[in-house]
Amino acid sequence: MTTTPRPKLVTALLLAPAGLFFVFLLLAPLAVVLLFSFGERAPAGGYVPAFTLQNYMDLPARGKAFFNTLTLAPFGTLLTALFAFPMAYFLAVKTSPGWRVALLILVMAPFWTSQLLRYYAWMMILGNKGIPGWLATLGIADVRIINTPWAVLIGAVYGFLPLMVPPIYVSLEKLDKRLLEASADLGATPIRTFLQVTLPLALPGVATGSMLVFILLMGDYILPQFLGGGKVFFIGNALVDLFLQSRNWPFGAAVSVALVAIMFVTIYVYMRFVLSKSGTRRAALV
Amino acid sequence: MTKTPDYFPARNFIDELRRYQKGSVTRRHFLGVTGLGLATAVLGGAVPGLRPRKAYAGLTGTLNVTTWPNYFSQENYDNFTKQTGVPININVFGSNEEMLAKLQAGSTGWDVLVPTNYTISTYKSLDLIEPLDLKLFPNYDPAQQDPRFLGPGTIDGVTYAVPKDWGTTGFIVNTKSTTENPASWKDFFALAQGPLSGKATVHDYQLTTIGSAAKSLGYSFNTVDPKELAEIEKLLVATKPHLFAVTSDYQPAMRNGDAAMAMCWTNDAAQLNRDLPEMSYRLGKDGGEIWVDHYAVIKGAPNRDAAYAFLDFILTPSINAKEIEAHGTPTTDARVLKLLPESILKNPILYPAAGQLSVLEYGAAETLTNPDRAELMARFKSA
Repeated sequence: MTTTPRPKLVTALLLAPAGLFFVFLLLAPLAVVLLFSFGERAPAGGYVPAFTLQNYMDLPARGKAFFNTLTLAPFGTLLTALFAFPMAYFLAVKTSPGWRVALLILVMAPFWTSQLLRYYAWMMILGNKGIPGWLATLGIADVRIINTPWAVLIGAVYGFLPLMVPPIYVSLEKLDKRLLEASADLGATPIRTFLQVTLPLALPGVATGSMLVFILLMGDYILPQFLGGGKVFFIGNALVDLFLQSRNWPFGAAVSVALVAIMFVTIYVYMRFVLSKSGTRRAALV
Repeated sequence: MTKTPDYFPARNFIDELRRYQKGSVTRRHFLGVTGLGLATAVLGGAVPGLRPRKAYAGLTGTLNVTTWPNYFSQENYDNFTKQTGVPININVFGSNEEMLAKLQAGSTGWDVLVPTNYTISTYKSLDLIEPLDLKLFPNYDPAQQDPRFLGPGTIDGVTYAVPKDWGTTGFIVNTKSTTENPASWKDFFALAQGPLSGKATVHDYQLTTIGSAAKSLGYSFNTVDPKELAEIEKLLVATKPHLFAVTSDYQPAMRNGDAAMAMCWTNDAAQLNRDLPEMSYRLGKDGGEIWVDHYAVIKGAPNRDAAYAFLDFILTPSINAKEIEAHGTPTTDARVLKLLPESILKNPILYPAAGQLSVLEYGAAETLTNPDRAELMARFKSA
């Protein structure tokens, strides 16, 4: 089939919605944030135009929040991936097609209720009358889960699992089963097959899922507020306070810019790493 | 003050109100409440303010009221719409700072605002609210207001906001989970670090958390003195590992027994105590906060006429009494006090003895916007 070249106007029109979206809802707001980050806080809060680097010099004042986020977000992502992989593997490789749909729907089901409602439920489960209460009846007293970083991690795994499972599932589903047979025929143990064939081929899915979860966790403030009881302070919480409580918009803008910069660098490094791994292995295999 | 976020309590409050009205409390109490509710309704019909008035004629459009969760009577608002033909669009916020941030960002379309005492001067200086034309809402009578509450809304002799309700910031103790008997903020922080370690909460709010810690050390609720703030920070940071949570949404934790003591606002205290009599609300002997919420009209309000008609309507004593019965927060109006049932008036949480109030302070605008206090709070929360 031959295709006639599409008129430029049509191409432009087709690209217009996405283009306008990026310009007005992504680039323009980012430019405003950048501009504000060089301003000064008005005496009663808000923004007055200025050119100062003071807001960036003040960044260490939120160092602890950055540290908390940059430790808990990657750890939470890793835990979620560790939980999600066996689930996705089971769904893609071990489950009959009939069951597959039903089970996939079950993975998604928690998304149908409000996030706040689910966090409130976890507050009860992890609260002193929940799991710690049951443990106490077994003789393990004084366990505290709610309002600790552990509660935040549990919430992260629970909350973000439905985002992590599908990308890994898709990678594994596309996996050519003959490769596994070939690996076995050539004398590899199941573990070796998994490590050298299955895992590298699933890596793009793991990378996509991890990105989704990591980005959301980095900016999250509801999870630490609810399951961390306001005692676990993420950069998202710092931003909410800066914009809505102390109304130090310029400093808040500087913190946002720093957060975006950190995310860019982290994601770039991570993607480079993942692509190099999966890329070379795949080339070697196929 | 910051009100608790609307998601959980908003729904809850209505349920609780129903339960309360259905008489999970005593029968006499129940009869008192419903009987009086009926009486107010009958009375209301006989009062000129409830009949359609000339002043309300010719109103059009929608009225945008920005207020707090659980802070109005839906019945009253519906009646306003019936009389004026103007539907009310309610915007609910979690804190004064969020309201201010939104207004500063511009073009909200709001008409009536419910600001707390310490924000009014800021709104005025930012030119966000208009000087009120008292002639346009004759049902408001300054002479009937408790003089204590008239100060914050009046700037240089001009009225920018009129009192709505008032309350206090104290702490609530579950007397079933502890035999301790704290009576001051000093006791509160000592208990939080000692016998009630892991079972106390403070607000996620700079003004009250730092202010109450300041009182426990004998300083002003509004201190911005660097040396005093440093001492307060030491106290708060030392207390933090012992706290159950830093949250303004402490009702769930108090109700399910996770927390046994919480920094608490009047209205939350009244709701907790109504359902669980073991919840005991105390004001610090060493001081603390008293607050008063107001009605104000936004400068350039799109529906200014309806805004004034609304103030006139809602401040009519019989209507205001229904308002108080719906949300429970204490009234500033002597005429309304006369219409309220004993059960509300005799509640020491809502109307504490005057002597207890004399040590309390208003939060100041400078306290709220003070950058040092904001940074202290951030360090405390990330500690």
